[in-house]
Amino acid sequence: MSATARLALTEWRLLRREPIVLFFGLAFPMLLLVVMGIASDGADRDLGGLRLVEAYVPILIAFNLAMFGISVLPSALVGHRERGVLRRLATTPVGPRRLLTAQLSVTSAIAVAAVIAVLVVARAAFGVGPPADAAGFVLAFALTAAAMLAIGLVIASLVPTSRTASAVGTLTWFPLMFFAGLWIPREAMSDALLAVSDVTPLGAGVGALQDAMGGAFPDPLRLAVLAAYAAVAAVAATRLFRWE
Amino acid sequence: MCARAAFPTLSCMSIIEVDRLHKRYGERVAVRDVSFAVEEGEIFGILGPNGAGKTTTVETIVGLRRRDGGTVRVLGRDPERDASLRDVVGAQLQEAQLPDRLRVGEALELFASFYARPADPGALAQALGLAGLERHPFGKLSGGQRQRLSIALALVGDPRIAVLDELTTGLDPGARRDTWALIEEVRARGVTVVLVTHSMEEAERLCDRVAVVDAGRVVALGTPDALVADVQAGQVIRFRPRPALDVRLIAELPQVTDVLDRGGEVVVTGTADALAAVTAVLAREEIFPERLRVEQATLEDAFVALTGRAVRPDHEEAAA
Repeated sequence: MSATARLALTEWRLLRREPIVLFFGLAFPMLLLVVMGIASDGADRDLGGLRLVEAYVPILIAFNLAMFGISVLPSALVGHRERGVLRRLATTPVGPRRLLTAQLSVTSAIAVAAVIAVLVVARAAFGVGPPADAAGFVLAFALTAAAMLAIGLVIASLVPTSRTASAVGTLTWFPLMFFAGLWIPREAMSDALLAVSDVTPLGAGVGALQDAMGGAFPDPLRLAVLAAYAAVAAVAATRLFRWE
Repeated sequence: MCARAAFPTLSCMSIIEVDRLHKRYGERVAVRDVSFAVEEGEIFGILGPNGAGKTTTVETIVGLRRRDGGTVRVLGRDPERDASLRDVVGAQLQEAQLPDRLRVGEALELFASFYARPADPGALAQALGLAGLERHPFGKLSGGQRQRLSIALALVGDPRIAVLDELTTGLDPGARRDTWALIEEVRARGVTVVLVTHSMEEAERLCDRVAVVDAGRVVALGTPDALVADVQAGQVIRFRPRPALDVRLIAELPQVTDVLDRGGEVVVTGTADALAAVTAVLAREEIFPERLRVEQATLEDAFVALTGRAVRPDHEEAAA
């Protein structure tokens, strides 16, 4: 097995041994999906004609991306830095950058698995159709994931310990998920709230995913907002990240 | 010493050469002027108090830090530029840890995968007394087990040089002795060992040669014995003479510099030959030296003489 594959396997094993992380990142959104599915009773005029469960599928995808991107990833990475693992790797032929690659691969793989699981359960149990514009959906998902991971890396660059990383991740998670519509779906938001939501990464992300679910190519403005977050955060993380 | 600067390919080339190394962190000078050469197959100690610049020095050797002045050559190559050195230099860093939930066997397999021709992780675990611990998570290992794992990871790439920083700090005396025996085995396999320590006992026990570093400079370089001999501290002899002794008989010996009678206990200070001279007098006078003790100068004394102060007390070791 190559060093990168071995590093990715190791990161996955470490993650698997944190049951709380897996519960909140994977099981909890699935549980919410089931609750929303059971609570759904036909098209809801307050949700722009969507069923409750339909409104929540993109929100739960955003939930998972936010959990892994801005909470799990930075706290694992900062933990490695805190313990001197990155420094230790710098003395081996492999170097610390490959650990970052491995961690991003594992996080991305989990996110993809989670989105597939959400779509499959939504379809099988609650009759939610697959994304009508598949290409638009993949693009919206990829940009949302990129924005979350990049923001996670900025957090990892700024905080000193893995404990603070978790705290900052959680504090960032709540407003992002609020504007993603976890408590009030975007379809039910007031115009003012929606205008703010449109320029937040997860508001734009959920909007773009919902567009694609309904069969339209995502609004380019939303994709542009996501791309801008991803790009700015990636540049900031590249400049600010400390390996030790 | 051969003309290795002019002919770097000569076989007498040292495996590590550090020449007038200088390193600053902002305004603070960590290493002012450090030069030494490590020969292949030796255990070379870098000894000094905390903050002397030992760790910074070895970090430039393993390529973790960029120097601000001087040259460093490892196997004739510059660790700052030549990343291929990481294949042949294994490092054990001070206070480096692993994730708590990573298991011993996984850590060994993982680090083995970093190298083109790794040592057999199973055999290494066996040699380092980690056999049977493969499924134990790092977080549940004892201090000694962690250090052994850390050494195993430094050796898993089958390196030619092992750099070990503060190897036994925080270990209990038994674990320290085991670790020392291990380092000697490592050297016996032909690995050159660079050992950073603030423990005199460790340097005296293990090292072929020692560089004493203080405030960013090398203040002495040589074998532990030579460093001790240079101090000329000689011997302190203590005993209770039976029957009582006229101390003037001892005081007039040429090997003796000072004699004190402390309420029955005689304390004699003298040169390295003082003990032989004193016992000859006692035998002649038919006096029995009860509770005879001889205190030799140690590397600790040498260090104090060289730097004008004591190394910091080993709190962790006392507490462990």
